[in-house]
Amino acid sequence: MTEVTYLEALRQGLWEEMERDDRVFILGEDIGLYGGAFKVTEGFTKRFGEQRVIDTPISEAAIVGAAAGAAHMGLRPVAEMQFIDFISCAYDMLTNYVATARYRAGLATPLVVRGPCGGYVRGGPFHSQNPEAAFFHTPGLKIVYPATARDAKGLIKAAIRDDDPVLYLEHKWLYRRVKEQLPEGEEIVTPIGEARLAREGKDLSIVTYGATLWKSLEAAEQLEQEDGVAAEVLDLRTLLPLDDAAIVRSVKKTNKVLIVHEDTRTGGVAGEITARINEQAFEWLDGPIMRVTAHDVPLPYAPTLEDFVLPQTEDIVKAARWLAAY
Amino acid sequence: MTSRPVPTTHSRPLPAGLTREQLLEIYRYLRLTRTLEERLTALYRQSKVIGGLFRSLGQEGESVASAYALERGPHRDILSPLIRNLGSMLVMGAQPVEILRQYMAKAGSPTRGRELNVHFNDLERGFLGQISHLGDMIPVMAGITLTFKLRGESRVGLVYIGDGGTSTGTFHEGLNFAAVQRCPLVVIAEYNRWAYSTPPEKQFAVKDLAEKAKGYGISAGTVDGNDVLAVYEATKAAVARARGGGGVQFIEVKTYRRKGHAEHDDQHYVPQEELDWWAKQNDPVDRYVKQLLQHEWTEERDLTEIDERVRVEIDQATDACVNEPLPQPETTLPGVYASPPAAERLWFRSL
Repeated sequence: MTEVTYLEALRQGLWEEMERDDRVFILGEDIGLYGGAFKVTEGFTKRFGEQRVIDTPISEAAIVGAAAGAAHMGLRPVAEMQFIDFISCAYDMLTNYVATARYRAGLATPLVVRGPCGGYVRGGPFHSQNPEAAFFHTPGLKIVYPATARDAKGLIKAAIRDDDPVLYLEHKWLYRRVKEQLPEGEEIVTPIGEARLAREGKDLSIVTYGATLWKSLEAAEQLEQEDGVAAEVLDLRTLLPLDDAAIVRSVKKTNKVLIVHEDTRTGGVAGEITARINEQAFEWLDGPIMRVTAHDVPLPYAPTLEDFVLPQTEDIVKAARWLAAY
Repeated sequence: MTSRPVPTTHSRPLPAGLTREQLLEIYRYLRLTRTLEERLTALYRQSKVIGGLFRSLGQEGESVASAYALERGPHRDILSPLIRNLGSMLVMGAQPVEILRQYMAKAGSPTRGRELNVHFNDLERGFLGQISHLGDMIPVMAGITLTFKLRGESRVGLVYIGDGGTSTGTFHEGLNFAAVQRCPLVVIAEYNRWAYSTPPEKQFAVKDLAEKAKGYGISAGTVDGNDVLAVYEATKAAVARARGGGGVQFIEVKTYRRKGHAEHDDQHYVPQEELDWWAKQNDPVDRYVKQLLQHEWTEERDLTEIDERVRVEIDQATDACVNEPLPQPETTLPGVYASPPAAERLWFRSL
């Protein structure tokens, strides 16, 4: 076992897949000799050469479009968005071209688009976004969002091996903050579409993903210590397709649900989860399904402002207390 | 092809390295394109075409001639056509019956009723259907030709873009990306004077589209798009340069869209005398026929024979599919993903 960071786990997963399968190549801005803005691809050019590690112009639509073309021809491209905020520049290419290709035209498009997401890092409006809701609505795409080092590795490997286009959302606040002992020499592949029970509990369920998994776990610990409330925490890991079965299982056990995500509230993933619980487990609920999310504003820069806008551990504790007492 | 002896007394040498059979084959594709579109117009008027109908009248020459310059067959060159490049698809091996089924949304159409008109593909035969978002096929074809380059394959891609399409962001991004990567890609930019109802002077401030390409460091030229042999020769040369490692090649073809954007469009924004001039003085098929006969590369009866065979072929293709059923509603759910195999049937449909 070796202790690896979330970022190192992602790097290892990408590296191992490139070693395993010569159809895999990566493309993006400054990913070659520079090694990427966060050094995820450091050393890749030296090992795999410029043919498989392609520095591109600042052209997100072209990066994704070219990845699609290469995927049609049987390659396995992994495209990096330097910050995931810039994926909006490739929105048309992803939603109109890539997502529809199999359905409308029978074209296999096995590609991965990955990039650093999320706030809590004082990045301001354009280096802190969580873009999942913009793509969650699009049939044909898959979306994974690892919260642990093990899943950072396991999901990048699964995403590369998947025959469908996958958005791999990685959280930059977790890059070097989260560490985990991972076995050497053992293949780690996290199945797409399966949530993970991160903490067992009986009083209420916290359904979450990404950075707020860690804040939810902190909150659950505090609730246990201070209130004797046993909160269950479900780490979704995959957002599209959602693991309805795991969510419903937890609801039937605890009868109360708090959905926590870092993305803004309106039109966010929590709304869809709420609707599904309503459809599939209405009779099992002992209280309203509640949400803890970012406020509906662009993410501001100043620490005081960002801290106010984003959901904090204390917010989750308070909301869970409210719900537990309902 | 018929094997009539070539008239020799006054005939000029055959052009562009083409054989007499190839000259007639090009003519057959031109005629096939026009006749198929005329048949589609009739079917449209009978309400048998489900959606809009898009004509390439007046532009068939550049579509056919440019595609004819590619190497065809499994694992050979790939092109990506636009709505007015039916001719290029036929050259690559798309069958009239497939086009008819697509327009009529038949269950047996290549996309099983999921997509419209020429929006379908067969990478084995070498064509990749467009989506409606103009410009998007340039980055995709950049990726396809990048793959040729990475694999060391001696293959070339060709992509069409309209004058209006050159205003999109994906056109710029894709062309620049392909230029930097020196992808073996040939771009045919069709200056046909109308982007729906918008004329060039409201679309861009350059005179020729080739000027745009030069800004990306791409070798570019302009050719008379209604001169079939000129387009063929220019494309042939560009394809050879691309295949030889010369990077992206850009050919602007000057042509003219003689019909509206689609059949519903009455073209009230186009001066009638302009339409008449292009129809009477600059029709690509008429011009090609005139060349073939004037230079005695063929005889009139060779052409009428082809016309007749094409007419029979289109009749048979129409008869084969016009009464076919539309797709069964249930067939709509599978195939969004490789896995899971089908989308969920929603609960209210089981009530």
